[in-house]
Amino acid sequence: MKAKVRFSDINVRIGTIDILESVNLSVNEGEFVCIVGPSGCGKTTLLNIAGGFLQQTSGEATIDGVPVDGPDRRRVFVFQERGVFPWLTVEGNISFGLFDRSEEERRKRIDYYVQLVGLRGFENAYPRELSGGMKQRVEVARALAVNPDVLFLDEPFGALDSITRLQMRGELLRIWQTERKTVLFVTHDIEESIQLADRVVVLSARPARILTEVAIDIPHPRDLSSRRYLELRDKIFSEIGLAHRV
Amino acid sequence: MLPLIVIAVLLVAWHIAVILRPGLIPGPLKVARAIVELAERGLLVKYVVASLFRVTWGYLGALTVALPLGIFLGTTLPADLAVNPILQVLRPISPLAWIPIAILWFGVGDVSAIFLIFIASLLPLLLAIVNALRNIDQVQLRASRNFGLPIRQRVVRVLLPAILPQLIVAMRIALGVAWLVVVAAEMIAVNSGLGFLIVDARNAGDRYDLVIAGMFLIGVIGVVLDLLMRRLERLDSVRWGYASE
Amino acid sequence: MRASAFESRWLRIMLPLVTAAVACGFWAFAVKYTGTKIFPSPAAVMRAVVKLGEGKLLWHYIFDSLTRVFAGYLLGIVVGVPLGFFLGWSQSAASAINPLIQMLRPISPLAWMPLAVIWFGVSNAAPIFLIFMAAIFPIAVAAMNGVRNVPVIYLQVGRNFGLSPFRLMTRIVAPAVLPRLVIGLRIAFGISWVVLVASEMIAVDSGLGYLIIDARNAGKRYDLVVAGMLIIGILGLILDTGIRRVEQFVGKSMNHG
Repeated sequence: MKAKVRFSDINVRIGTIDILESVNLSVNEGEFVCIVGPSGCGKTTLLNIAGGFLQQTSGEATIDGVPVDGPDRRRVFVFQERGVFPWLTVEGNISFGLFDRSEEERRKRIDYYVQLVGLRGFENAYPRELSGGMKQRVEVARALAVNPDVLFLDEPFGALDSITRLQMRGELLRIWQTERKTVLFVTHDIEESIQLADRVVVLSARPARILTEVAIDIPHPRDLSSRRYLELRDKIFSEIGLAHRV
Repeated sequence: MLPLIVIAVLLVAWHIAVILRPGLIPGPLKVARAIVELAERGLLVKYVVASLFRVTWGYLGALTVALPLGIFLGTTLPADLAVNPILQVLRPISPLAWIPIAILWFGVGDVSAIFLIFIASLLPLLLAIVNALRNIDQVQLRASRNFGLPIRQRVVRVLLPAILPQLIVAMRIALGVAWLVVVAAEMIAVNSGLGFLIVDARNAGDRYDLVIAGMFLIGVIGVVLDLLMRRLERLDSVRWGYASE
Repeated sequence: MRASAFESRWLRIMLPLVTAAVACGFWAFAVKYTGTKIFPSPAAVMRAVVKLGEGKLLWHYIFDSLTRVFAGYLLGIVVGVPLGFFLGWSQSAASAINPLIQMLRPISPLAWMPLAVIWFGVSNAAPIFLIFMAAIFPIAVAAMNGVRNVPVIYLQVGRNFGLSPFRLMTRIVAPAVLPRLVIGLRIAFGISWVVLVASEMIAVDSGLGYLIIDARNAGKRYDLVVAGMLIIGILGLILDTGIRRVEQFVGKSMNHG
């Protein structure tokens, strides 16, 4: 399978601080990859390089074999809810990237994605009237509406309460399964990564290297108390060096 | 209800004070009569319009310059570094200090006054725009770049809406400044308008009732302008920018 | 990234200096080109500044201006801060008086000028009164908002630990209010400075504002006019920077920065 996103020997150094060290990673088309690591280790940096918002110090990041040289509509970032534009309604946000389509096409796409993310009825609401989870859905809809090849999600559920987080994970998977984009998902929550990803990549603390990659071979929907799930979870915990008693 | 009562109380207190100490300032009744007198002489509308006219031109002129210039400075770091210190030195200089230069360049008349208002409004607007741009959430800028918007669209669809709340506040404050400057400018440099009324009333016969009438009108119009601008702040596409108080 | 190049100190100092030099160049050129006899060249302004600095008049004027502005400003603080605290603390007082404040706020201090001149004549009192009127609003409003915005949890902690109302005020409310208050103080000073100069142009016969108007009236000495403007600008900037330092210091010691 040809790699969709590839990081070849990425090094990032800012000032005198090494952030990323010799990172090599391939993500295949349609794969859902989670990158986990402690806070501040550099996982967001890696994502930003793939998104074209940051330059690496050395090494190469390519998408479809072509080196990344700036942000592009085909690879869309989903930030935390802060990324939603507060001066636009839900509709306005979702159609933000559709400026070069016909009015009719825009209408169709807005309609479809409002429905897909479950915000029917809120098309004319402003972000300030929405909950955190709802704002997150607006961002996902906005990203999907432009039909990107790759989605980057940077701790998108970080600001949500844990119940909403569980719901949103299910929602995200449901949405992803209809469109099967390539997804790079950054999180510090190990459980979250095992629940979502096809493959979990574990980064060390700064300067971040890849500690291990674990393929999650459980089919969706995943039973969170199944033996295989707990096995994989323990494996990752022990790789990171965490005991599992509190 | 309560504020009206407070105002009524103040008016009564004023009236009593004048009765107790006549000659200090004219009482509210005299001032009210003076306003009526102005209306009868056809000067009320004429003077108010003259003042508003000058404010509008100077203010709009400042806005037209401040917007593109502010966006340029706010987005181009070297330009900002180069020009900002100069702006910081100009900022504490009262607009009235420009009066001698205004008179030198434009003589006595409307243009002088409009120039003064332009200068007075330009700096606060410019600085507010630059400041707002500096404080834009990076995430919003990245999102706009991510979606492949060409530069002009990024400015119109993301930059401007993002700074609009702070811009409108700055516009309201600058309008207040413009209004006060027009009055001061008129006291010195022209022969119509509310500022002129105040100066003329005093010089041409110690008509302090007209002076206070003028002050009252100035105050009221200032408040009205301020309230109108505050309405802009309640637009949906702007309201998001203000923390709930 | 490229941004770091522009953060170098050298560039931060050189860029504005070079721009100012270029601007002065244009200015000098314009003066020569139009052959104006009255508008000063940059060199003339520089000479005027030096000459003023050597004489005694400028320093007297600066002293007068500073005394006036600080008198009015401090008066504004002394009255405005307690007033603001009171309004912030007492809901009923606030709802009674606040609308009045909102109405009076946009009435610029300069509108009070005629009254000030009538009452105080040509004396120090007129500018001080105007500055006081100008400073009191932002200060009171900042104090009021500061008190209103003290996080309720802080007060709950205070009560939990059994603090008396007086102690609540001094040990919790006052420190919590300080950062916002200092910002209001800085803004109020900026306004005071501008009002000072404006009032000196009309109501007194000494001070920096008077310097400008007098230079023009008593002989069209525009080199002195521009020199005066420069001095006002730089002095105002120095004072403003000073207050910003205080602001940063307060922020740091309160760990808000």
